[in-house]
Amino acid sequence: MIRVEDLHKSFDGAKVLRGASFSVGKGEILALIGRSGYGKSVLLKHVAGLMKADQGRVLVDEDEVSQLKGKGLSRLRNRLGFLFQSGALFDSMTVFDNIAFPLREKTNLEERKIREKVQSELEQVGLMGSEEKYPSQISGGMIKRASLARALVQEPEIMLFDEPTTGLDPLTGQTILNLIDSCHRRLGFTGIIVTHEIPRIFEIVDKVAMLHDGVIQFQGTPEEITASEDPIVCAFLTGDMQGVSQG
Amino acid sequence: MVQKEMNLVRTLGAAAVRIILRMGRMGIFLIKAICCALTPPIKFSLVLKKIQFIGFQSISVIFLTGGFTGMVLGYQGYNTLSRFGSDAFLGPMVGLALIKEMGPVISALMVTGRAGSSVTAEIGIMRISEQIDALELMGLNPYRYLVVPNFWAAVISVPLLTAIFDVVGIFGGYLIGVKLLGVSSGIYFGEMISYVEMQDVFEGIFKSLNFGLLIAWVCCFKGYYTGYYTGFGAEGVSKATTQAVVLSSVLILVWDYFLTSTHFFF
Repeated sequence: MIRVEDLHKSFDGAKVLRGASFSVGKGEILALIGRSGYGKSVLLKHVAGLMKADQGRVLVDEDEVSQLKGKGLSRLRNRLGFLFQSGALFDSMTVFDNIAFPLREKTNLEERKIREKVQSELEQVGLMGSEEKYPSQISGGMIKRASLARALVQEPEIMLFDEPTTGLDPLTGQTILNLIDSCHRRLGFTGIIVTHEIPRIFEIVDKVAMLHDGVIQFQGTPEEITASEDPIVCAFLTGDMQGVSQG
Repeated sequence: MVQKEMNLVRTLGAAAVRIILRMGRMGIFLIKAICCALTPPIKFSLVLKKIQFIGFQSISVIFLTGGFTGMVLGYQGYNTLSRFGSDAFLGPMVGLALIKEMGPVISALMVTGRAGSSVTAEIGIMRISEQIDALELMGLNPYRYLVVPNFWAAVISVPLLTAIFDVVGIFGGYLIGVKLLGVSSGIYFGEMISYVEMQDVFEGIFKSLNFGLLIAWVCCFKGYYTGYYTGFGAEGVSKATTQAVVLSSVLILVWDYFLTSTHFFF
């Protein structure tokens, strides 16, 4: 369903991606792991069409994302949900209005139906009672959950998660991962999760891809990556990067 | 030596290309914004909210600046005109100066300082906190939510604020000229009616329409592209806000000169 082929990207002459390639099948979730600052979020933004590659392409079904414009791009984005690292909730709106926003702006649903749908999402993510609060009045974990609810309220076919547990304590992080897992079971979306939650993330994903030095160093199942003898993969998983290229 | 000169040429060339690219981006931004502003759907509730912020909340500042500008004009005008025994022309002098020049320009500068900076900061914060990306990823056009309401609000509000500025300024001139310095009330208003024509009023309104568009253009652009030119984070927003106010103010004065000197309105 999602195919990334030979993606290259530079910023002010610094090469971030040097030919990254991987694929995710329909209904699968892939964890994109790798060191901080090595271009995982950049790669994710290419899949969402927020950035344009210097070379290579991203295909969603048979559509090349960078070639999509106007209605084509809008069609793709109607199928897509994105959980930002920061949550990216609209800070001038309450949690309820944030979640209702895409429904109010993009559908013809009656306000009563919208309220029902939003209440149901709030219940799913455990945010009942916080709907009238503003993003600045809630915790980081609650922001992530509200952001997840906003992304899922339109039942997207594709979900992209940019470090959904970063900055959260282990318990709240696990709650978010469980939430992603249960939503995946419920909605069956295809997903990519950029994360550092190793090995916890292996419990909920079908595939793992490791980005190193701008290329995908490894792609396989969670079982395969834990059994891998690739020195870079082993070093990353054990946290001992001594003797490994620092990019 | 040759290498040094080559480096200088290269640096100058790169700077020129950067400036041209930025101007091109600003031009495209304006065209996109105008296209979105003239085609449905227009978010009327957002436009009203912005009119309340840019227009209504600026009234007190406009009252104060308009009143004092008129009072200063009354004083200086009387002092100058009385040297030539022409203090009867105080009314037309205050009226014409306010309606044709000072009203549109000072109102626009006040709106830039009070509301334009906030518009840049608001959009800039939305940019750095990825709220604009979130809008795009929902398949919604950020121009319709963030730029168009400000464009309409500025184009509607600035001429109205200018009208208020003119009226309050004329009254300020009246207070000083008539009540304090003893010019006859009939002469003050009578001469003003004789010399100020509707053409002058339209010229002032036309200028303020231009300035409204200019403020919205520069301030929205600077906010929208926070991070591209000014760096990210709070410092980026702060720089974008400063640049927006400075560039808008300078462009208002330059554009005012252009409109006046070319008699663009006539």
